Amino acid sequence: MTVRVRVIPCLDVADGRVVKGVNFVDLRDAGDPVEIAKAYDAAGADELCFLDITATHEARGTLLDIVSRTAEVCFMPLTVGGGVRTVEDARALLLAGADKVGVNSAAVVRPALVADIAERMGSQCVVASVDARQVAPGKWEVFTHGGRKPTDVDAVAHALNLARLGAGELLVTSMDRDGTQDGYDLDLIRTIADQVTIPVIASGGVGRLDHLVAGVCEGHASAVLAASIFHFGTFSVADAHAALGKAGFPVRNHAQDG
Amino acid sequence: MGNGSIALIDYSAGNLQSVRNALKTAGAENVVVTARAEDVLAADRIVLPGVGAFAHCMGALSALPGMVEALNEATGTKARPFLGICVGMQLMAEAGEEHGVTPGLSWIKGRVRALRPAGPATKIPHMGWNDVLPTAPHPLIETGEAYFLHSFAFEGADVLANTDHAGPVVAAIGVGNRIGVQFHPEKSQKYGLAFLERFLEWTP
Repeated sequence: MTVRVRVIPCLDVADGRVVKGVNFVDLRDAGDPVEIAKAYDAAGADELCFLDITATHEARGTLLDIVSRTAEVCFMPLTVGGGVRTVEDARALLLAGADKVGVNSAAVVRPALVADIAERMGSQCVVASVDARQVAPGKWEVFTHGGRKPTDVDAVAHALNLARLGAGELLVTSMDRDGTQDGYDLDLIRTIADQVTIPVIASGGVGRLDHLVAGVCEGHASAVLAASIFHFGTFSVADAHAALGKAGFPVRNHAQDG
Repeated sequence: MGNGSIALIDYSAGNLQSVRNALKTAGAENVVVTARAEDVLAADRIVLPGVGAFAHCMGALSALPGMVEALNEATGTKARPFLGICVGMQLMAEAGEEHGVTPGLSWIKGRVRALRPAGPATKIPHMGWNDVLPTAPHPLIETGEAYFLHSFAFEGADVLANTDHAGPVVAAIGVGNRIGVQFHPEKSQKYGLAFLERFLEWTP
């Protein structure tokens, strides 16, 4: 086989707590990111993503502590995004135990931040996030502040620029679809994925397993990110792998992992 | 007695915490994170992690006083078990071709070259879980799935395992008491921890 399609659960974290909690498994504390990370590690998630949605200066220490405690018990790649504005922010997360850092709003204002981090710490640790809304047929604009604030920046051009500046992969989220459970914006994902040589992670809108399949099949993504379908226990990571495998894509073998 | 002391080399080019956590979980009793040559000479086992670019990593390793000589002695005449991870494996080669040609530790004949995309569908970096397919019998290398993350790959002798990314890509190399893996055992869940357990028990 070849490199597997990655299935990546994403946890929104605010002030050290997972925002919506999870209920796919009995946890002593369903809001503790470390407990949840352990559960996803055991469930065979290919990677895990923490998105810090507070990202205030005060909450930074809390986040670093969570990352550090997660890295002690989880042996899968961990991406941490939210509030990364400087090379030092990125370095602090990597030293705490993150494998990759997500860069979003700050790179809208100053795309060179991606190059700065890539040059110091390597492209492999830079996940450049693009949050976009469709503004016309075949045209998307970058939105910040959780999709509320337009930026007048063309999303596809921005994504290509971040790839050129040295991002290791792109996390492309449709803010139109985020939270809807209607499926990824496949045109957006594919338009970007077809024009870059780095992997693209599809994000925003997953409600069913066939949405994950479509993300790869029609969106040409290398990885699929989802939140609520996993957290609410609607589907497991193994279900996601099975659906992708059935559609003919390479996925990990859960039998082997036990 | 157990598995003795492990020198985990800190040359500001590795995901040290992750490797240290994984070694401890795999049963390592005494992991010494160190940038000092004397610690490497005193250790029972040596682990060289590494992320980033070959030239930067080799430069950082060479900048530690006496470190390259200590590595040569500890893994040469002293024959201590050595594990290189990712760029730590690549440094075992004669040279790397990332940002110009940089000489490596030259323990194994071969060079580290850029992965070439076979087409637009082949993404670089090679990122994610992929096969470890043994090409030669070795007590540490078992068939399985591990996590890879790299844009450059080793091409040369003493290959122990391959993976596949639009063609064979070297996944492990080694001779005698030295082994290097392109994948990240510290990020490869059960497969990775089992690999590290075998390394800790390895008596080459």
